[in-house]
Amino acid sequence: MTLLELSDVDARYGDFQALFGVGFGVDELDTVAVIGANGAGKSTLLSAIMGTVEVSGGDVVLAGRSLRGVPTHERVKLGIALVPEGRRIFPSLSVEENLLVGAYGGRSGPWNVAAVLAAFPLLERLVDRSAGRLSGGEQQALAIGRALMSNPRLLLLDEVSLGLAPVVVKQLYAAITAVRDAGTTMLVVEQDVNQALAAADHAHCLLEGRISLSGPSAELSRDEVAAAYFGTVAQ
Amino acid sequence: MNWLNALISGVLIGGLYAMYATGLSISFGVMRLVNLSHGDLAIAAAFFSSTLVYAAGGTPFWTLAILMPAAALCGLGLQRVVFDRLIGVDPAFQIVATFGLSIVIQNLLLRYYQANLRTLNVGSLRTAAIRLGDLSIGVFPLLRFAVAVAVLAALSLFLARTSLGRAFRATSDDPATARLMGINPRTVYMLATAIALATIALAGVFNGARTNFAASDGPGLLIFAFEAVIIGGLGSLWGTLAGGVVLALAQSLGAEAFSAWPAQFFGHVVFLAVLAIRPTGLFGNQAELA
Repeated sequence: MTLLELSDVDARYGDFQALFGVGFGVDELDTVAVIGANGAGKSTLLSAIMGTVEVSGGDVVLAGRSLRGVPTHERVKLGIALVPEGRRIFPSLSVEENLLVGAYGGRSGPWNVAAVLAAFPLLERLVDRSAGRLSGGEQQALAIGRALMSNPRLLLLDEVSLGLAPVVVKQLYAAITAVRDAGTTMLVVEQDVNQALAAADHAHCLLEGRISLSGPSAELSRDEVAAAYFGTVAQ
Repeated sequence: MNWLNALISGVLIGGLYAMYATGLSISFGVMRLVNLSHGDLAIAAAFFSSTLVYAAGGTPFWTLAILMPAAALCGLGLQRVVFDRLIGVDPAFQIVATFGLSIVIQNLLLRYYQANLRTLNVGSLRTAAIRLGDLSIGVFPLLRFAVAVAVLAALSLFLARTSLGRAFRATSDDPATARLMGINPRTVYMLATAIALATIALAGVFNGARTNFAASDGPGLLIFAFEAVIIGGLGSLWGTLAGGVVLALAQSLGAEAFSAWPAQFFGHVVFLAVLAIRPTGLFGNQAELA
């Protein structure tokens, strides 16, 4: 079934319009990638789904229910979780406390502290460490784990590869794939095109706030993607 | 022996200052809100306590059972009506608005209670003392200190061990990301103000029991509370206790050494020294200044 449906979504920051009529669906248990250059509107798209940016046109519908007017903290309780760009872990809380805060929304499910530590073993020995003192890769693992603690139906990942070494990114995506296989629907926003396409069933490319390409990730050619990403004409 | 008495009385008065400061510490710690009407709210609580005692007799302590919940409710209202609009905006607005609130409260108190001094009568407790040789330790100050420690301990436990306490700390770190956890920052702020006001009521009644109070005493109380929080360090509840004790010790030991100077002077000197040398305070969180 279609878990998330975006129809004709416009989003703006004050006078500046960032999304123009974006529409696509995410089926339950699928992983969908949204790729695009800096400033294309990828993070705005996730913010629109999460309710942290104003949707000035169109609608975001979760499992048949419109999210119009639903505040962000309520959307978490409905089952959407965001791993925000830049990690945004709580620096004065320990790793374990960060995870526990993730569960504040009170949804039940398979994810708890033990399950998260099993999925991200590197966090195991860091449980009592103050989260502000973790490395970038550790913080990213924590941010993903924290989002999982809310037992979401839909997990949104915003540029998890940003600022991290390739080997760390590989490890994270291996864990993310395991999470996907355990049955979480995911929407992955990425600048790293290869990683995104490898992880996803379907992909959409954003260019200046509009969808420039859509399709099953396995069927998209390099040239098509490059053209859609940069806005050049395909060869 | 005068020195030892000054030391002990300083530590115990520190407990009172810490009580004043707890509400401020919570407001600032969770919401970055500087509430200049803090002292006036405490004085108002003392006045209300005196009204209740006048009506029904007894010692003032029973009035806490009414005043603390009432204060908490006022806190919820105050947050919704006034403070919510002041969070995250230019601190100048916070200062002007809460200063205005301070003036309003003082004038309302003057209007209804006139300019007379009042005191809360705790009977023999006021002067009871434990004698150990040449030392004299006041029972009331000891009780006050114990209550201050108990309140701080309870709040510390709340913040460290409960889900809501964690939500408070997360909201203090990053309100936008706290939303992503399903936390409604506005709810957190309302509860934080409710708790802050309840502790302010407690401090007001204890203050009223130890000295005469008048409608205009609020700002003086605010200064001690403020200094205690800054000396102890923003973001640390136990730091607030330490700050209160350091402030009171500076006052009492300073007065013992230089009896011609007003005791408060030495407190201010230590306060300025802390600001100059270690502005994050004794136990302050370095991250808090960011």
